[in-house]
Amino acid sequence: MHDLAQAAANFINLDAATIIYLFLVGFVGGLVSGFIGSGGAFVLTPGMMSLGVPGLVAVASNMCHKFPKALVGALKRAKYGQVDVKLGIALGISAEAGVLYGAHIQESIKKAFGDAGSNLYVSISFVVVLGVVGIFVLRDAWKTYKSGNMHAEEKITKIARWVQSVNIPGTMVYFKSLDARISILFTIPLGFATGILAATIAVGGFVGVPSMIYVLGAPSLMASATELVIAFVMGLGGSFKYALHGMVDIRLAMIILGGSLFGIQLGAMGTTYVKPFMIKVVMGLIMVIVLFSRALMVPVYLSQLGLITQLTEQTTKILKSTSFAIMIFALALGAFIVLKAMWQGRRAEQLEHKETLAHVEI
Amino acid sequence: MSYTEQHKPKKKPVGLAILFGIISLALYAALLARQDMLNAHFAQGGMSAFLPIITAFIFSYFHGTFTGHFWTILGVEASKKKKEVK
Repeated sequence: MHDLAQAAANFINLDAATIIYLFLVGFVGGLVSGFIGSGGAFVLTPGMMSLGVPGLVAVASNMCHKFPKALVGALKRAKYGQVDVKLGIALGISAEAGVLYGAHIQESIKKAFGDAGSNLYVSISFVVVLGVVGIFVLRDAWKTYKSGNMHAEEKITKIARWVQSVNIPGTMVYFKSLDARISILFTIPLGFATGILAATIAVGGFVGVPSMIYVLGAPSLMASATELVIAFVMGLGGSFKYALHGMVDIRLAMIILGGSLFGIQLGAMGTTYVKPFMIKVVMGLIMVIVLFSRALMVPVYLSQLGLITQLTEQTTKILKSTSFAIMIFALALGAFIVLKAMWQGRRAEQLEHKETLAHVEI
Repeated sequence: MSYTEQHKPKKKPVGLAILFGIISLALYAALLARQDMLNAHFAQGGMSAFLPIITAFIFSYFHGTFTGHFWTILGVEASKKKKEVK
């Protein structure tokens, strides 16, 4: 742990440009998180590292901004009746175990294959998980859009119907988001997988939200809001774990939090204006774009491990910058869709309000 | 109650926003002004692990309340139609 303490002592100097950059990325990340329940971390962590912050300090500081942000977002969305606290805590506890196990896998890979091996593992996890889940979510959103039933209540999947039909005595719990009693045992692997993903790619919600929707049968809006509770539980435990080793740079965490609390309020309000399938659209799009970003980095790490022909320094640089730019684009696109949907929803509501007023006055 | 009475604009929480905004600003000013001292204490590990956690809760309460009021004052609010998701 000595090397960790040394890394912690190596906190960067903050200038005005850095503060503004972190604040803005925090704002956009918060906006997307408020809407889909997670996101932002995949840009924030590499973003901090690009400023010279050591990797572990970046992960720790990101986590320390995540749990208070998720708390504020969850409280906001609870006002709209979208949060299932019981389900969030149940999944959050097993997610915490997943985070610890995921971190252990990371450490073992790093020990055996070094930084390049660890980075390759993270990138391949991104590509595989986002490839499978992202395309599935996006396909589902597209089907809803094509069917023209965007206002209709979301249908639960066959697997969710099966999960809700299984009765294991002594483990059955009622969850309001599902409006059904399910065995608490089903939440354990889902939470665990969410935690492993959070420890690997920093965004557990990419598994947490779809699993609540497709495996348990929760509506999209409730799943994305409940993910904020999971993020709070995971983030609190994770931050404490890192803080025990002095890894949290509180200045970075609080500056990002400063921007993200503006964003998360907006993102949370945005959910009240949109059709539920928009959650899937934004989440699916971000996942698929980020997948391309990470896929670009695979050859870099393969080359560093000597598994393919050595890439030139210039090619590596181009791949790295393109990958980072695509990630920023993914986040910015997500934020744009949220803001646009919110703007249109507000305008339609104001127009309706004016028409009704005119009608009342006549 | 008539439609117009139901949809009367609510009073905006300007006073509260100013109060929480000032506290939030003071917290950030203190964080940046005392950054060396804070880093030295917070990065010690062990029992000092509670310090960043407590700090995060304090900032989220004051700054979170401020940002909520901030958007309300600007007229950005949740849809009045969908209050509950079922």
